[in-house]
Amino acid sequence: MNKLAAIVLLALCLGLGAALPDASAILRAVDANLTSSSAKSSTRMVIHGKRSSRTVGSINWSQGSQKFFTEYTAPPREKGTKMLKVGSNLWIYSPGTDRTIQISGNMLKQSVMGSDLSYEDFMEETSLAEDYSSTVEGETVYDGRACWILNLTAKKPGKAYYKCKLYVDKTRSVILYELLYAKSGKLLKSVQYSDVARIGTRWYPRYILFKDELKDGRGTEYFVESIAFDISIPPGTFTKASLKK
Amino acid sequence: MLKFLIKGVFRDRHRYFFPLLIVSSGVLIMVFMLALINGYMDSFIRQNSGFETGHLKVVTRAYSELISQKPYDLGLLDIQSDLQRWKQAYPQLDWVERIHFGALLDVPDSQGQTREQGDVIGYGVDLLSSAKERQLMGLDKALAVGKFPAQASEILLSDKAFRRLRLNLGDPVTLIGSDVYGSLAFMRFTVVGTIKFGVEALDRGAVIADLADIRSMLDMEGGAGEILAFFKTGKYDPTAVKRVRDGFNRQFSDPEEEFSPLMLAMSDQNNMGYLMGMMRYLLGIFSLVFICIMGIVLWNSGLMNGIRRYGEFGVRLAVGESKRHIFWTLVLEAMVVGVAGSCIGIILGVLISWYFNIKGLDVSVFNRNSTLMTEDVVYTYVSLRTTLAGFIPGVLSTVLGAMLSGIAVFKRQTSQLFKELEA
Repeated sequence: MNKLAAIVLLALCLGLGAALPDASAILRAVDANLTSSSAKSSTRMVIHGKRSSRTVGSINWSQGSQKFFTEYTAPPREKGTKMLKVGSNLWIYSPGTDRTIQISGNMLKQSVMGSDLSYEDFMEETSLAEDYSSTVEGETVYDGRACWILNLTAKKPGKAYYKCKLYVDKTRSVILYELLYAKSGKLLKSVQYSDVARIGTRWYPRYILFKDELKDGRGTEYFVESIAFDISIPPGTFTKASLKK
Repeated sequence: MLKFLIKGVFRDRHRYFFPLLIVSSGVLIMVFMLALINGYMDSFIRQNSGFETGHLKVVTRAYSELISQKPYDLGLLDIQSDLQRWKQAYPQLDWVERIHFGALLDVPDSQGQTREQGDVIGYGVDLLSSAKERQLMGLDKALAVGKFPAQASEILLSDKAFRRLRLNLGDPVTLIGSDVYGSLAFMRFTVVGTIKFGVEALDRGAVIADLADIRSMLDMEGGAGEILAFFKTGKYDPTAVKRVRDGFNRQFSDPEEEFSPLMLAMSDQNNMGYLMGMMRYLLGIFSLVFICIMGIVLWNSGLMNGIRRYGEFGVRLAVGESKRHIFWTLVLEAMVVGVAGSCIGIILGVLISWYFNIKGLDVSVFNRNSTLMTEDVVYTYVSLRTTLAGFIPGVLSTVLGAMLSGIAVFKRQTSQLFKELEA
């Protein structure tokens, strides 16, 4: 009788194990949706501050996960400010002072335009599968979609977020909800993704709500107004010289 | 009776000289020390109020909760019309607007690339339209090299930071900070002078810039982090300060609104209330110790006098004078000596204090390791209160000493009197 129970239990465990897919396979599918050889997007960020909300517009170019260029288009005070990321270097160009300043050290922890995003967030590599080891915790329904719950732990030290919990849409391989933790286990940031649309061959969220959990406030809404993948980007875009153009 | 006693005291050198010497020198020391402590306290209040707290300060309620962090993003925005109303409501006050901010000072090379960087504490104050801030912050005295900003985009930098960043006067620098909405804010300035405050935290890296420039840099047009108010008399009066603060908060502050203005008294900020209370407490202790020491010394002097006048008391008792009467005449004599000694002490004390009130006393040697914001030269301050605070203990200690030694009169046995006189 005992042997029979043990066999049934083993069978159940194996059955359950078989129901959970490989976490790295899920992450690779997520990466495939998010990354591209190149991209150009037009975005709008609505930052809900303590006193008021303001909208920051930008046009962004990226090449792989190492090169990133942003030009702010609104509000008037920020218009013409540019940001360039190449590898682990980040520069900001201020048209008012005509100076290009490298952002490093503690300055990376500063908020981008007063939003719930930090410069450090921009410095993060976009390949989750490469940067994190992962396990599937289980499944759930989030925002009406069946999701896998993944637990991620940074493979290398120095990552802005040591642990992450992701809710990944089972069928579209898009993250719908993300909780980002420090090594101590403290929740630092939460990110909600929605308005997932089919863009070419990939699924992509066009609305993201970032919430810095260490700050009061209603978070930062990020609207992707348009995005095009695998496009040709003019040479010289990802150089310091382009900041002053 | 009093005239008789006075004559008696001053015709007998032994009766007055030693007690008079002790009382007058004690009162002299007391008056001078009180004047010095008062001067130090005045300097402390002047320096701290001018640089940091004002006699009163207006901030938002949200700002007041994090006031030590100087969160200018929680500061007062579009405040000019409100400020005009406050000025009308409190014509006895002078008002100055300030923004404290932290920033990174970036020094470019000839190519415009970063050559050096350093953290700085910034002060946005009105440098161009009036000289009030120069006086309040003691900038004239603090200016080490160069000149004061005379136009927009000119700044003063702490001398240490200036040398550490290998700058020359006239060099361009860029201040990088966060604007009131949290965006990175950049502004180009020219260093036209350096300052030394003698306070390590400020000398390590302070930037003084014109308020209008900092408003523009931090996107705070018409706003301020803090608004400081000073009594036009220049004197810090705790009672008046509390009255104004309470009236202002009743009239202009809304406890339900986090960005509503809130007035703070100097004593509500930076532990100043505790520090000033401690100083007052020390003054009290000082007076008490003085009375005790002087009392003991004069008691001893009274006892010596009593031994010398042993025979005299015997005769007075023999002719029918009561012990109580002798005791009270001794007390009265002591009071005469106390009053005279205290007057002499006060005159000398006031003269010496007056000298140091004009010349000042260099206390820089005590300030070397101090983090308190105090001036290196302290000017003694004599007031009626100081002189009374010297006079009363002077008289009290003499009377106390006489009363303690006079107890011996009651122990005198008249039955032994003639034997003593025969001997």
